[in-house]
Amino acid sequence: MSTTVIESGEEASRENASLRDKPGTGNTPIVRYQGVTKSFGDVQVLKGIDLEMMPGEKVAVIGPSGSGKTTMGRMLMTLEEPTEGTIELDGELLWHMRVKDRLVRADEKHLHRMRGHVGMVFQHFNLFPHMNVLRNVTEAPRKVLGLSKEEAEERAVSMLGKVGLADKLKMYPSHLSGGQKQRVAIARALVMKPKVMVFDEVTSALDPELVGEVLEVIREIAEEGEMAMMLITHEMDFAKEIADRVIFGADGRIVEQGTPEEIFENPQSERLQSFLQRFRAQGI
Amino acid sequence: MPSSWIEFLPTLLKGAEITVIVALLSAVLAIVAAFIAGLGRLSKLWIVRTVMAVYVEVFRGTSLLVQLFWLYFALPFIGIELPKMAAAVLAIGLNFGAYGSEIVRSAILAVPKGQWEAAVALNMKPWQRMWNIILPQASLRMLPPFGNQLVELIKSTSLVYFITMADLTYQAMVLRNNYISWTTEILVLLLLMYFVMATLVSVGVKLLERKLTAGRL
Amino acid sequence: MWDWNYVLDVLPQLLSALKMTVWITLCSFVVSLIVGLLLALAARSRFKPLAYVTKGIIEFIRNTPLLVQVFFLYYSLPLLMGVSIPAFYAGVIGLGLHYSTYLSEVYRSGIEAVPKGQWEAATALNYTKGQTWRIVILPQAIPPIIPVLGNYLIVMFKETPILSAITLVEMMLTAKNVVSQSFRAFEPYTLVGILFLAISYIASLLVQRLEKRMNLLRGK
Repeated sequence: MSTTVIESGEEASRENASLRDKPGTGNTPIVRYQGVTKSFGDVQVLKGIDLEMMPGEKVAVIGPSGSGKTTMGRMLMTLEEPTEGTIELDGELLWHMRVKDRLVRADEKHLHRMRGHVGMVFQHFNLFPHMNVLRNVTEAPRKVLGLSKEEAEERAVSMLGKVGLADKLKMYPSHLSGGQKQRVAIARALVMKPKVMVFDEVTSALDPELVGEVLEVIREIAEEGEMAMMLITHEMDFAKEIADRVIFGADGRIVEQGTPEEIFENPQSERLQSFLQRFRAQGI
Repeated sequence: MPSSWIEFLPTLLKGAEITVIVALLSAVLAIVAAFIAGLGRLSKLWIVRTVMAVYVEVFRGTSLLVQLFWLYFALPFIGIELPKMAAAVLAIGLNFGAYGSEIVRSAILAVPKGQWEAAVALNMKPWQRMWNIILPQASLRMLPPFGNQLVELIKSTSLVYFITMADLTYQAMVLRNNYISWTTEILVLLLLMYFVMATLVSVGVKLLERKLTAGRL
Repeated sequence: MWDWNYVLDVLPQLLSALKMTVWITLCSFVVSLIVGLLLALAARSRFKPLAYVTKGIIEFIRNTPLLVQVFFLYYSLPLLMGVSIPAFYAGVIGLGLHYSTYLSEVYRSGIEAVPKGQWEAATALNYTKGQTWRIVILPQAIPPIIPVLGNYLIVMFKETPILSAITLVEMMLTAKNVVSQSFRAFEPYTLVGILFLAISYIASLLVQRLEKRMNLLRGK
């Protein structure tokens, strides 16, 4: 993107400056939350989030339910508007526009342009029940990216092949298993070629025996590397294996972050220690 | 004097033709009005919401027959003279459109929120979300209640008798006036003809519903 | 264009016709409440022929126009039975019978919403069939449907103008008679519309309040 807004004062990321200096990614962050809060009525679910993600970085977000993890991801997808603070995407403000010296809420046109960089996979799949698998995956490339039917189908078929569903093109979502539905949803998000993808507890609604096939697909995508990923998850082992960095959130704040080793082997805060303990005790 | 009830049929069928035409035109107007008002009531603009809410309340709050009388007999006093057909179609269409708008509105609201969110996540524009994702799903939900409304609409076309339009009911009542002793035969025949029309429509809608949902839900 | 003197002239007549209209509505509603319940029970009967015939009658009445049914009651029944039926009774029976088929559906939904365990508990207590209905099922089935019944009362009120076709002097026919003397249609018909709108709007607000109160009572 062309217009890079350079914010003065980097206090947002003061605590973890070292983490951003990953080798080979010393350029602009692809995502940057600054002082982001979110209230629903009287309840403040996010109490000031500062976070940066570098291009291609895989960030896992863990934490107890109700910690605001999902809200964080939904803001990046423009499904939830921040109450305070700003989010930048590829160096450009996501939810705001600068008019003279003031920040104003972005209009739909701006949001539409910015959303082109982001994709999302939902906990409950949200496949379109009135379209078959192929149409689920080709609809947006045709209507939003303006691809021809042939181009869109070519792209979709290769993506569906990648998630192992090339033989299900003509089926309707109601005839698929949960794991298959989620893989279609992943393909549907991937064909839009986003720079950042939010995975919002994508295995939480699945039967235990179907979790593996979905994680396998995500692992493959992660290995390809170019796309930044925000993995909001309860799968600790998976987070450990895939993430470049793990963020632990609780009560609307980022309590601790670090490499998977730091977070899982050497937790600093009491909150994280007890969270991990409880998790291990449950054997999940 | 007629020798058999069969002799009433040609006259009644002539009336049935008018009934069908009124029903078809009103149904088209009703569906258009239902979508405009139903979507309008979900608009972000309060002025649009208010105008649509007033339309719906006025047409649901007064009787169809009063509306018909008003359009046909009262409007000429402020300089608007409508032909019978226009008054009939406007009254029935707008009346059922008001009821239908509730069907449209609640069917749209019944589509799970996740469908809107998925459409946003795929960067569809607001009208694309509505047109490509929400409406196709909502339409399936609308079909059964619209089918019921269509049956009600066919029944309600009998009210055009009051503005002396030569529909099925009117023709039957003219026949009755001429052959009083055949009153029962004529009225039973009349009831049966309406019953057949209404049943055909409700069966048709059910078949359509089955066809559209086949293999999907 | 709008003649207030004329309005003041007409209004008293319309208001007294309104009283008649409300009276017709209430009588018809009572008919439909009773017949509707009987139809609902008959349609559930274990004696299959009765259930089928009842469902057939319901279908037939629901799929034919009220106007024609009223004509049939008013013009045809006297010929068949040799007694003439006054317009008031023909109108009340016609409107009541027509909507009893709708109310039977409402009763059905209420009855089906009573958990199966309630029937089983009644059997376990050795209640007779009649006791089960009276003591256990209907007291649970009817309260939740009262708001829906209220809505049908409003619908029936708005259907009364149809009865003007058999010379039942309700608001519409009163307005028509006024118009035929004065040759000015705008004010009377507009007034009738306003009266219908006002009453059904107020009534629907009352029903909404009732519904809210009942939901609170049932702890929703």
